[in-house]
Amino acid sequence: MTGKRVAAVEPAVRMMSRADRPRREGAKSPMGGAGAPFGAGAGAPFGEAVGAPPGAGASSTVGEGEASSAGVRAARRRDRWLRLASLGAFVLLWQVGAMFADSRTLPAPLTVLARIVDETVSLSLPGHLAVTLGRVAVAFAAAMLIGALLGMAMGRWRRLDAFFDAWLVLGLNIPALVTIILCYVWFGLNDWAAILAVAINKIPTVIVTVREGARAVDPRLLDVARAYRLSRRTTFLRVYLPQLVPYLMAAARSGLSLIWKIVLVVELLGRSEGVGFQLNVFFQFFDITGILAYTLAFAAVVLVVEAWLLRPLERRLTGWRA
Amino acid sequence: MLEIRIDRKCYPDRGGRPHVALSGLHLDVAKGEFVCVVGPSGCGKSTLLNIVGGLDRDMDGRVTMNGAFPEDVGFMFQEPRLMPWMSVLDNVLLVAREGRASEGDAARQRERAIALLRAMELGDVLDAWPARLSGGMMRRVALARAFINEPELLLMDEPFVSLDTPTANRLREMLVEQWQRCGASVLFVTHDLREALALADRVCFLSAAPGRVVLDLPVDLPRPRDAASPAVDRLYQALLARHPELLGGLANGDEGSGDTVSNARSGVL
Repeated sequence: MTGKRVAAVEPAVRMMSRADRPRREGAKSPMGGAGAPFGAGAGAPFGEAVGAPPGAGASSTVGEGEASSAGVRAARRRDRWLRLASLGAFVLLWQVGAMFADSRTLPAPLTVLARIVDETVSLSLPGHLAVTLGRVAVAFAAAMLIGALLGMAMGRWRRLDAFFDAWLVLGLNIPALVTIILCYVWFGLNDWAAILAVAINKIPTVIVTVREGARAVDPRLLDVARAYRLSRRTTFLRVYLPQLVPYLMAAARSGLSLIWKIVLVVELLGRSEGVGFQLNVFFQFFDITGILAYTLAFAAVVLVVEAWLLRPLERRLTGWRA
Repeated sequence: MLEIRIDRKCYPDRGGRPHVALSGLHLDVAKGEFVCVVGPSGCGKSTLLNIVGGLDRDMDGRVTMNGAFPEDVGFMFQEPRLMPWMSVLDNVLLVAREGRASEGDAARQRERAIALLRAMELGDVLDAWPARLSGGMMRRVALARAFINEPELLLMDEPFVSLDTPTANRLREMLVEQWQRCGASVLFVTHDLREALALADRVCFLSAAPGRVVLDLPVDLPRPRDAASPAVDRLYQALLARHPELLGGLANGDEGSGDTVSNARSGVL
């Protein structure tokens, strides 16, 4: 740099370069517009919000990060207490209802808890639970894998989307019960027919969610991968797939709750073990305590999976959006 | 040596008819040379970079660097285009080539990326998400990403547009420092002639669409330069006096001003 004018400019540049760290570059420059050394820069307005990257919706920058993350932690603590309070209120309402209803129609929470303990000690509950969870896991994995692959393909290729769209609408609207009955009739009363029926019910909703994600993939980021000659594998795993993660997580969370409900119906209609089968047995004997014990035990397992597996996974994978 | 010979590049317009974006565009960039391409809006500057960068291969002509299509490329876009789910450091390492070969290489590549980011004054935010950075910091990350492989060819598509002047100046300084260190050939697209004169060894002017080189101007000013320096200003004014129609088109974003200027090395200086 040469000249008197430059000498005056340089400290200002240095100063701004340190100050620019969090959101300072938009501040008024001591140079003003007149001393602006570059033609277009002189005419350009101050501030640089234009360059925000896709997905950059955060309101805080590095300097404000600690304060905001402390705020988030406090909010999470409050949420946890609210959840516990909500659970307590539910149990309380149940207890009050049980006090007014016939004990056979609506047993008290403690009666149901005692039954859960009995069934657990006798290993009946864990056995049936394990069988049902196994079916849920296999059907869930199959539905997510097939649904995600088809959703990505349909989001990517318009012709494929046009071809399969009618199938998709059909799949979304066929009642679960029909699929289950048809699978049992066509493939026999076996586990694979049961899992197939469940997966067929879930696959269309996964496709719809993931297809939306695939359509929303930012082509400019894929251009970065192409410009830097990243391999197809790296591009898929590190540039394409991360953009789908929020959609995959949404499909997974809604899928889990749907699948376990359908698995119970499948077991009720055509299997000789599992929580659904046991519920049918309890229904034959009008054993409401047994029905509630198994239902609660299974719901608790699903809640644990949701709270200890899916939610932390989602936080980990989509933490950058917070 | 980068050789660009684009005979014709067409896009379909809204009615589906071919719109000629570039025609008869011939341009050479020597090893280690810094060439700026300027021209009015819509003259095909970004199209040119997309072709050279391999993002758009649908054209008549050829682009070669040492006999083959350029593969060892760094690309800096108008927007930073950082992966928002990756930390600053991971964004740079994503494109680092040797890092994927073995663990030893990965460690070395990581050290190099950290050193580069520190040189860009980003040492404090290596693990930050891009969304937490200011616009200027994001551009610096993109600049570090462009240099991490010390490429033979660096393509830059108005990378400092929409930044305030001091920030843009600091980024230009960083660019020149890194370029002088690694010796890459640079093709830098801008609509800002003063920026071009302050950065380039040569400035090539494109005509309005269909774009072709209408003026090839060597800039023999000593470095380091500043766009506000009297020497750059004199050159700018001399160009303005000699080619008012060309610069008027640049300043106003008009199209259709450059075709009157012959394609020849200029002796403005």
